[in-house]
Amino acid sequence: MSSLALSELRAPRLSAIVLGGSAGGIEAVGTLLAALPERLDVPVLVSLHIKADSKAHWPLVFRASRAPVFEAEDGQLARPGAVYVAPPDYHLLVDVGSRLSLSADERVNMARPSLDVMFESAAWAYEGGVLGVIVSGANADGAAGLAAIRAHGGRAWVQSPETAQASLMPRAAIGAVPDALVLSLGEMAAALASWEP
Amino acid sequence: MPTDRELFDLELGLLLEAIYQRYRHDFRGYSRPTLRRRLTQALASLQCESLSELQHRLLRDPAVFTRVLGYLTVQVSDIFRDPPFYAALRAHVLPVLATYPSFKLWVAGCGTGEEVYSLAILLEEAGLRERAIIYATDVSASALRTAELGVYELARAQEFSRNYMEAGGARSLSDYYVAAYDKLGFDRRLRDNVVFSDHSLATDHVFAEVHLITCRNVLIYFDQALKDRALGLFHDSLVRKGFLGLGSKESLRSSVHSGSFTEIDRDNRLYERT
Repeated sequence: MSSLALSELRAPRLSAIVLGGSAGGIEAVGTLLAALPERLDVPVLVSLHIKADSKAHWPLVFRASRAPVFEAEDGQLARPGAVYVAPPDYHLLVDVGSRLSLSADERVNMARPSLDVMFESAAWAYEGGVLGVIVSGANADGAAGLAAIRAHGGRAWVQSPETAQASLMPRAAIGAVPDALVLSLGEMAAALASWEP
Repeated sequence: MPTDRELFDLELGLLLEAIYQRYRHDFRGYSRPTLRRRLTQALASLQCESLSELQHRLLRDPAVFTRVLGYLTVQVSDIFRDPPFYAALRAHVLPVLATYPSFKLWVAGCGTGEEVYSLAILLEEAGLRERAIIYATDVSASALRTAELGVYELARAQEFSRNYMEAGGARSLSDYYVAAYDKLGFDRRLRDNVVFSDHSLATDHVFAEVHLITCRNVLIYFDQALKDRALGLFHDSLVRKGFLGLGSKESLRSSVHSGSFTEIDRDNRLYERT
C-alpha cells in the first residue's frame, strides 16, 4: 500500500496537502508531520477539532514536525515547505495562490474549524493538485470535503479505521470516497518519508 | 472553454457587480473563499443552477436579494465572546473613558448585537453607561432589527453566562435579561444610549468622533484593500489616543495603517490611535 501511496505523491505534481482529524487526530497528524520529507515543496494545511478556548500553541504541539509549523493567519500566503494549522474557533480556508483566510462563520458538523470547509476550499484552490488526508476522529466532518477533493481530481488518503483511535471519521470518509486509499499511519508516514519532491 | 470553476468565479464577480449596481450593497472586496461557500449555500436553498440564474432573479425580485443578503452577511457572535478581550477593555480602556464627562463607542459590524449588549453591561458595571453613546452599525437591516430587539435563543444562555463570568462579570448575567419560553430578552435600559444604524465599511464614511471602536471578526471577511479602507475610517473616526479592538485573529500587520496605531495588548488585539 505504501508504494501505491508513494506513486500518488509523485504524479501528477502535488500543490498542497491538507490534513484533518478530530479525536485522536493530534497524535496522528503529529506522526505524519514528523515524517515529512526534507525537501518538502508544497504547503501543508491542517484543521483539527479542538475546544474553542484551547490555548494550543501549534509549533509546540507539533514540535516533532520536520517542517516549520505556524498557526494560520488571515490573509497570509502559505509557503511551500511549511505547515499551517487552523486556530481554535476559526475555519481555515485557502484560495488560489495559497492565500489563507479565516472565517468565524457558524460551525459545520458542530465543528469550527471544520474539515469540510477547509477541504472544499482546497479542492477549489488546487483542483487535482491537492492530497486530502483524514485521520482519526469521532465525527463525520471531512467526508463531504474529501469527496469534493476527489471530484476535482485530487487525491484522498484515509487512515484505516481499525488503526485509528476513533474510527467514525475515517469510516464516514471511506463511505463518501470509496476509492480513497486506506492506509495505516505507518504506511502514510513511510510514503511521505520516502517521497522525494 | 473555461472550466466550471473559472465560470463560477466569473459569474461571482458579475453577481457582486450587479448587487452593487442594483442595491448599492458592496461585497466586491469580500474574501473569495468565504463568498464561494456562502453563495454555494444560497444557490442550493434558492434552487438556482448557476450564479447567473441567481443574478437574473435577484435583479428583478428584491425578496430574492434579501435572502441572498442573509447568506452574505451571516455573522456569528456571542455575548462576551472571547472573555479575555472584555477583561482587557476593563483593564486598559474603561479607566481612560472614565476620565471623560461623556464619550462615544462604535461597534462596527455589530451583526445581531451580542457585542453591543456585552459592552453596555461592561459600562453599566463600571458606572459609565449613562455617559456613553454607542453607535452600533451593520450593513444588514435584518441583523440590525435583531440587535435592536435584543432577543436571543434561551438555549444560548449557558454559554453567554459562562463567557460573562470568565470576562470578570460582577453579578449574574440573568440580572440583565428576562427569560420567557425559549427566548431571552435583554433589559431595555441597556440600549437606552445605543444608536442602531445602517453603515457600510465598504462605501460609507466617517460619521462621528469616537473614543473606542470595536470591530471583531469583520475584517477577516475583507480583502486587503477593503481592510485598509475600514482601518482608515477607524483611524479618522477615533480621537487621538482613542482605542481600537479587533477580533482575536485579526491584526494591523500588512495594513497601510499599521503605523497609525500602537499595540496596547497584543493577545487581545487592542490598539491605540497614535
